[in-house]
Amino acid sequence: MKRLFRGLGLGALGCLLLASAGLMGAARAEDEIRIGAIYPLTGAAAGTGVELKAAAELAAAIVNKEIPLPGNLAAGAGMPNLKGAKIKLIFGDHQGNPQVGATEAERLITQEHVVALIGCYFSNVTATASQVAERYGVPFLNASSSSTPLTERGFKWFFRTSPHDDLFVANFYDFLKAVEQKKGVQLRKLALFNENTLWGGETTKIEVKLAEEQGFTVAEKILYPAKSTQMTSEVQRLKAADPQVLMQSSYLGDAILSMKTYKELGFAPPMVLANDAGFSDSEYLKTLGKDGNFVLSREVWALDLADRNPLIKQVNDLMKGRNGVNLNGNSARVFTGVAVLADAINRAGSTQPEAIRKALQETNIPADQIIMPWKGIKFDEKGQNSLGTGIIVQVQNEQYRTVWPFDIATADIVYPFPKWEGR
Amino acid sequence: MTHLTMTMLAQTIVSGLMIGLIYALIAVGLTLIFGVMDIVNFAHGEFLMLGMYASFWGASLFFLDPLFTLPLTALMLFAVGVLVYRLVIRRILAAPMLSQIFATFGMMILLRGLAQFLWKPDHRTVPHALVEGKITLFGLQLGTPQLTASLGAVLVTGGLWWFLNRTRLGTALEATSIDREAATLMGINSERMFALAWGIGAACAGIAGALLSTYFPIFPEVGADFILVAFVVVVLGGFGSVAGAFWAGIIVGEVEVLGGFFVGPAYKNALVLSLFLLVLLFRPRGLMGKA
Repeated sequence: MKRLFRGLGLGALGCLLLASAGLMGAARAEDEIRIGAIYPLTGAAAGTGVELKAAAELAAAIVNKEIPLPGNLAAGAGMPNLKGAKIKLIFGDHQGNPQVGATEAERLITQEHVVALIGCYFSNVTATASQVAERYGVPFLNASSSSTPLTERGFKWFFRTSPHDDLFVANFYDFLKAVEQKKGVQLRKLALFNENTLWGGETTKIEVKLAEEQGFTVAEKILYPAKSTQMTSEVQRLKAADPQVLMQSSYLGDAILSMKTYKELGFAPPMVLANDAGFSDSEYLKTLGKDGNFVLSREVWALDLADRNPLIKQVNDLMKGRNGVNLNGNSARVFTGVAVLADAINRAGSTQPEAIRKALQETNIPADQIIMPWKGIKFDEKGQNSLGTGIIVQVQNEQYRTVWPFDIATADIVYPFPKWEGR
Repeated sequence: MTHLTMTMLAQTIVSGLMIGLIYALIAVGLTLIFGVMDIVNFAHGEFLMLGMYASFWGASLFFLDPLFTLPLTALMLFAVGVLVYRLVIRRILAAPMLSQIFATFGMMILLRGLAQFLWKPDHRTVPHALVEGKITLFGLQLGTPQLTASLGAVLVTGGLWWFLNRTRLGTALEATSIDREAATLMGINSERMFALAWGIGAACAGIAGALLSTYFPIFPEVGADFILVAFVVVVLGGFGSVAGAFWAGIIVGEVEVLGGFFVGPAYKNALVLSLFLLVLLFRPRGLMGKA
């Protein structure tokens, strides 16, 4: 045993030496542009975080021309204005904790000297980390947090490529009305079932507000603690409310647990309309298999969009080849985020924060150069991409199929959500 | 709540009972270790996690159902418990309480980190579990995996109680927990008893993990979700009392599920922790704890 420990100790020492040698080598390279990326690499959401890291690394590899560029992808242009400099991603791990996120942002800025930050997936962590970036005057690109207030803070250094929750929720109601018309059904009685951190809380507020404005009734409204060992009480209340549409915002663990509890207690409202996140994580279907079917989810992205946009298939093949998983709405957005940063830094022709910020503000990437179903990328004065839109997908035969907007749909919507017996 | 019915109420009570029994099984291991040697094992949730992973790997590599591998999982965790005792705990028996807390706390972080490193942070589930689906009884819907798990929890907790109170070895363990010195004078090897307590405590968590693995997602942090509740159960039941932990588990399960149902799910954790505070304030020795 003692010998084993000694061996381990020596091994650890060796690793340290190697790592420091790597750092010294890096410090010498002048043609390297350091970008900090903060994601949940350990902790409850680590499964998602690791995938986001892989997507960011793929984008960096394309920018650095380490792999051949697919088509006319924005990221493929590289860094001609910086003499073909390479970007290097320095990762920070926020563990799902806003305080840790802020500390990591500070570390990346002051010790790793990154020229820009990207992150953080969790809205509440993005809030604190971007505050640090704002204080130091370092551009912060947020690719995948959708909490609306993030771009309402009047920050100068904050940019968000993804559409935000207000828009997504507005999409929900447009979608419900469209389905009512198409299927000749009524979908006016809602139950809101959202997790209780910043994201779920803000979503609930907007959902309630828009429901009132657009003539929907909220029969039940539940904010549940995301870390739960059971969801029986929640589901019982939902059953008691007997809604026509269940609108749910969950992260991965709770999304899985809730679906299992629906099955156990036989809860099957006519429509389950989820709010992305856990429901579009690739672990969701891997874990639930056919029990994950028929859930509708708002999405920013779907693999079957590749039918219309060949870039998506090319990038996805690369992701699949390198990491063994398909892209999803989260990783595709992070991929796009890194591409947008690279594009701005290249146009800035400099690694000065102010130059990068100005270039970001002038971003104008057309729809046919990105892998998102957006009309393009262009930031408004708040730093919000004004050309983003959402889609609605449905899990059918364990695949995400785009069902709305109807004009780009690849499958017809299955309605109602089938009862659990006889599936 | 427009459609509250008797069935729904009964269903809620039964659901609370089923999760409560699992809480009880996790807590008995914790309370046993504390009772015998006054050490709080913060890594107990990680024993649960190891039990879940043992079942998962048994199922996905060797196609053995968690229920078949359950005795093996229990044995394996027993060994882990004894090993942890021999490698770590034995050295800190006489150390200040703070050192003991940090030792088990450090172990928690180590085990969690190892699990994440070795098995990735993914959420996993046991493929094609033997017990699946549900049965309907008097209009109540009982998930078969949940039902099996709670029955298993009753059997194991009951078995442990019988062992402690009705066998020679068990009585020796109880004696050590009541008065270590007197027990040593009676010829009981307290060193062996401590190792036994850790073995049994870890095995209980391992069995709980095996039972949970048929329906709960498995991931490195899973212990964290359960350990907080387990501490509440231990305090409510009384430190060191197996029977107390059993009843307290059920009470906590009911408070959580019924409270969540009637007061609102947002408050279910708050309700459980209020119970914790109330016990500490008004009956710090718990329901059945030693005075």
